[in-house]
Amino acid sequence: MTEFAQLSLHVPEPAVRPGGQPDFSNVKIAKAGAVPRPEVDVAPEDIRDLAYSIIRVLNRDGEAVGPWSGMLSDEALRAGLRHMMKLRAFDARMLMAQRQGKTSFYMQHLGEEAVSCAFRKALRAGDMNFPTYRQAGLLIADDYPMVEMMNQIFSNERDPLHGRQLPIMYSSKEHGFFTVSGNLATQYVQAVGWAMASAIKNDERIAAGWIGDGSTAESDFHSALVFASTYKAPVILNIVNNQWAISTFQGIARGGSGTFAARGLGFGIPALRVDGNDYLAVYAVACWAAERARRNLGPTLIEYVTYRVGAHSTSDDPSAYRPKTESEAWPLGDPVLRLKKHLIVKGVWSEERHTQAEAEIMDEVIEAQKEAEHHGTLHAGGRPSVRDIFEGVYAEMPPHLRRQRQKAGY
Amino acid sequence: MARMTMIEAVRSAMDVSMARDDDVVVFGEDVGYFGGVFRCTQGLQAKYGKTRCFDTPISESGIVGAAIGMAAYGLKPCVEIQFADYMYPAYDQITQEAARIRYRSNGDFTCPIVLRMPTGGGIFGGQTHSQSPEALFTHVCGLKVVVPSNPFDAKGLLISSIEDPDPVMFLEPKRLYNGPFDGHHERPVTPWSKHELGEVPEGHYTIPIGKAEIRRAGSAVTVVAYGTMVHVALAAAEDAGIDAEVIDLRSLLPLDLDTIVQSVSKTGRCVVVHEATLTSGFGAEVVSLLQEHCFYHLEAPVVRVAGWDTPYPHAQEWDYFPGPARVGRALAEVMEA
Repeated sequence: MTEFAQLSLHVPEPAVRPGGQPDFSNVKIAKAGAVPRPEVDVAPEDIRDLAYSIIRVLNRDGEAVGPWSGMLSDEALRAGLRHMMKLRAFDARMLMAQRQGKTSFYMQHLGEEAVSCAFRKALRAGDMNFPTYRQAGLLIADDYPMVEMMNQIFSNERDPLHGRQLPIMYSSKEHGFFTVSGNLATQYVQAVGWAMASAIKNDERIAAGWIGDGSTAESDFHSALVFASTYKAPVILNIVNNQWAISTFQGIARGGSGTFAARGLGFGIPALRVDGNDYLAVYAVACWAAERARRNLGPTLIEYVTYRVGAHSTSDDPSAYRPKTESEAWPLGDPVLRLKKHLIVKGVWSEERHTQAEAEIMDEVIEAQKEAEHHGTLHAGGRPSVRDIFEGVYAEMPPHLRRQRQKAGY
Repeated sequence: MARMTMIEAVRSAMDVSMARDDDVVVFGEDVGYFGGVFRCTQGLQAKYGKTRCFDTPISESGIVGAAIGMAAYGLKPCVEIQFADYMYPAYDQITQEAARIRYRSNGDFTCPIVLRMPTGGGIFGGQTHSQSPEALFTHVCGLKVVVPSNPFDAKGLLISSIEDPDPVMFLEPKRLYNGPFDGHHERPVTPWSKHELGEVPEGHYTIPIGKAEIRRAGSAVTVVAYGTMVHVALAAAEDAGIDAEVIDLRSLLPLDLDTIVQSVSKTGRCVVVHEATLTSGFGAEVVSLLQEHCFYHLEAPVVRVAGWDTPYPHAQEWDYFPGPARVGRALAEVMEA
């Protein structure tokens, strides 16, 4: 007889399933303003606590407090609010367009608007993002034309990608937005490579990699960290922890303890957790990491703690795996409402101006949609040429592809 | 003209390319200070500095992923995967990323990378150091696949690959690294220095990707081969005393179909030889193309000679590796048909 009981496998489960009462009591939230702001040249081992806390600027009263506050002008804050509202309105229209059969697929950002919109403002022209499918805010906040995004979503005759990519997998070198891959985590290490190249060429530009909480389980996440750490690449490694990888809760990828940010510690990479629904906090932390990179101090890992309010994609039904009211119970609130409240508290915004801005933005989005639809949608109107199937596989079309193109009648 | 081994020719190609273009960078496992396990990169770090030739962590996916990012920036990475057998962790980066970046971004981003990797058997490397994965790459649109068979081609093709605007898989037959293989493993190796094709110019020259070379002219039968098997095919034709035309493909993707079709239309018979396993190997593609383009010229079924459909064995590698005897039997078969 053995002195030990039989072994049993531990399979993590979220706190609550559909039908239950949402419970985020396990999410430990620091008070706004409570987390210190270290110098950018701090030794990573001196800020280990920042991988376990949550940096916040906006308090419950809508005030900006603490050492990470005071970095944005009123004008920049109003612009930030507008970007988030625009992304939300864009999402709403495109979600409807998908339901109307105008495209095959869409992924919205509801609840996560602050992450990409604020981050973009910490970068400069020429810097490069390697985004996932949920960072369209990087484009919106950089004033990339919405109509171009819609052309891509509709795969119409003006689609800059000629109908070759899934909707929302945009590409714009000019706007520092690397062509999105559907394969998870592959681009994390590519971001590190881009940053290494910038360092090899003694350039001033930096890169940013993006990944979701679920994809941190991919081996490329770890490859990226080891490369970033080894070569001290000027890269910001972003983890958007929105709690859900389709139906799988974040505990499955994270394991039973620790945080996603803490994974940077083993690589000697400074790691910070930030309130992803706090525009000011996201911006402040992104600026801190960008400055580190620009000062040749190496990579930073940032975990954005947020919540995916909407479905994973238009093919997903979140009510099948989480309580319907879970998003309302999310303790970090709504990023748009929080920034709106802050601006009102500051006296530089009002309910009336907000309502007016919502209407203006919706008009702008509808106008862009009309123009895009004029050039076609997935199943109606103008579409890319069949000839485009064969172009651009290689810089120069090899003979076998030319034969196939001719066989197709083009 | 210098006489070089294939290793020296590969090194010379990188040296010439790095000297001409500051954007060319070389990295991989052990390639920096040590110069690579086969010494292909020896001296490059000392000459060009450690930011242009450097060692990497043991992470093939990381190596290729970083190379893709560097290419997106504007560099031209020439990367060594220590053995082709180790490229599988990077297969996702190669096939889903590198191969498609130009297409999916409509040319907004491109991926001019070269992935060098020693392939094939004949050095007692066992199942983990002897694989020939070329068919796994030729199935992927957006890649180019090159396999040299001698030092002169290795240098010219590698320079072309580094200058190519698209990702190139550069497969180096390690049986040929130090000297030519006359197809007979039991005989002593003749050094490249005694071999006509060991002559390699010191400076810059290129060999176009996508052009095959006729190594032996003949009219009775065509033998299609690449890499180490070119030498086996030549030995088999000599031994059998058959008037065989031996085509060295040099590049599998894109493939020089015209040269193959022209030859087989003339000879009416064909044997395809490769070292990789038979089933779904690259030979199947060649046979299929011949069926489509040369059917009415064929006087016998096309025959394939290939590695067996098993992992590559260590002790029995010379029974696995197609030698002149097996190719000779195939030649006799198609001649008799």
